[in-house]
Amino acid sequence: MVGSNAFTQRLLKLWIPLLLYGIFLLFPFAWMIIVSIKPDQLLLDTRLNPFAIINPTLENYRYLVQETEFPRWIWNTFVVTIGATALSLFCSILIGYALGRFRFKGGNTLGIAIFLLYLVPPTLLFIPLSQIISRFGLYNSYWSLILVYPTFLIPFASWLLMGYFRTISRELEDAALVDGATRIQAMVRIVLPLAIPGVLSAGIFCFTLGWNEFLYALVFMGSGEMKTVPVGVVSDLIKADVYFWGSLMAAGILGSVPVAIAYAFLVDNYVSGLTAGATKG
Amino acid sequence: MSVVAAEPRREPEVIVTPRGKARFWDREAPLAYLFMVPGLIILLLFMAYPFFLGIYLSLTDKMVGFADFSFIGLENYQLLLSDPTFHRTVANTLIYSIVTVPFKLLLGLGLALVLNQVFPLSRFIRAGLLLPWIVPTAISSLAWLMLFDSVLSPISWVLRDWGLIGANINFFGDRWNAIGAICVANVWRGLPFFAISILAGLQAVSPELNEAAALDGANAFQRFFAVTLPTIRTIVLITTLFSIIFTFSDFQLIYVLTKGGPANSTHVFGTYAYQAMGFSALGQAAAIALSMLPFLALFAGILLRYIRSDD
Repeated sequence: MVGSNAFTQRLLKLWIPLLLYGIFLLFPFAWMIIVSIKPDQLLLDTRLNPFAIINPTLENYRYLVQETEFPRWIWNTFVVTIGATALSLFCSILIGYALGRFRFKGGNTLGIAIFLLYLVPPTLLFIPLSQIISRFGLYNSYWSLILVYPTFLIPFASWLLMGYFRTISRELEDAALVDGATRIQAMVRIVLPLAIPGVLSAGIFCFTLGWNEFLYALVFMGSGEMKTVPVGVVSDLIKADVYFWGSLMAAGILGSVPVAIAYAFLVDNYVSGLTAGATKG
Repeated sequence: MSVVAAEPRREPEVIVTPRGKARFWDREAPLAYLFMVPGLIILLLFMAYPFFLGIYLSLTDKMVGFADFSFIGLENYQLLLSDPTFHRTVANTLIYSIVTVPFKLLLGLGLALVLNQVFPLSRFIRAGLLLPWIVPTAISSLAWLMLFDSVLSPISWVLRDWGLIGANINFFGDRWNAIGAICVANVWRGLPFFAISILAGLQAVSPELNEAAALDGANAFQRFFAVTLPTIRTIVLITTLFSIIFTFSDFQLIYVLTKGGPANSTHVFGTYAYQAMGFSALGQAAAIALSMLPFLALFAGILLRYIRSDD
């Protein structure tokens, strides 16, 4: 009796709520998969059960890869995201290091300022930024996004890295200084190698944030073949109110895979990084 | 620089005490400022500069593609004050943030408490339930666009099949249906963010304290309010404020689902500004976007208080 009671408890407190959350949170993904493998005629027949999968096909994926610009969008997104991530990491390692390990006048204020910049949304800046991008002649160029994405990646990554650098003991560094190393040498040879996990997660988060960005990409690289995945899918696969649902959903699945893989490994780091600076945890 | 480089290398013992006299670039402060430079250049050029340029633009009648424009003072803002669509936009943005955040918070807290138990495959399940927050919003919004389609919606199909409705629901046909649909999609996307942040906070809850409270006869609810809640209070507040700010300034979800329609009735600041820009009214668009600023400043100010009081 005790055993079955514990089982009921566990069912009520764990498995049933988990199932309900799972249905709500994963249903749209299940739906995307179902639609992406359905033949078009069956999809549009509203008498059929929409969840039934009859004659599954990969035709939507084939169409997407061979007859749309999708592969090009993937490539564009990779170039932009990797460029912006590299630039942001370089800047953020330096800022995070200074804020996390150096005592200097104005350090705390700068830390707070960087944090506040993280709260500045793209919706506030995209209009004047579009003027600046056009003045610099960067419209429809990879550089537009490579240079602009760091505006939201640097605050985030600096904050995350600042927290990480703080956790590394000062004694090792001091010992190297005593042995005659310069501060830069101590940083590059002693502290940075120890911070690789932090740098890696900052890099992966930059990658995913860049991959998912929409507004700047829509405004600065929204025409022709320079679109990123989210922009291309939304603006090219929907033409004059005709929705290519099958390939839209196929694009959704394929376009989500890179970030889903990146995050799956780093769920826990993300939160500790986000809150490290905020809660000194 | 050259003077410093020409200096003879000092003996190591000189820099034993970090505050002692050391080579210029070995002192903490100059190096710290130097380290700020690359990042600050980008932030100044692509954040501070557009910010002030935006304020300036909002005070002009600049149109896309026209070189000539003139300074018109606060006229753009005055126009907004008498623009019914703008009034709706403000109302929509506030409704959107105020309605969705409590749902995300409560459902996220619930999910965090569920996930905080020990169970098989927990890492895997946790990552899976985080997916809505991970995948590009523009893409997941497309799934919602179809789930709420007036013809193909499987939700309508199921309700019809069960005999609950006679005809398909026209989710995006009128303002309140559309706002409801947008809010559901937003809660779906934001809930996992709350869950995982709060879950991190729950790791800090002391098991000893919890057991002691249990021995004193506190039931699960009493323990939650006396032990768990005080521990996760700060993280809950910070997550909530983050979410308010990001929801308030959202763009893509509404852009994909309704583009502000039907008849401009579901705009938020971001989509309305984008639309004005599409009509090439840059000054007007800049004024719309900047109208977010007082709200954002208020939220950021509150957030800052909590972060600082934690020091």
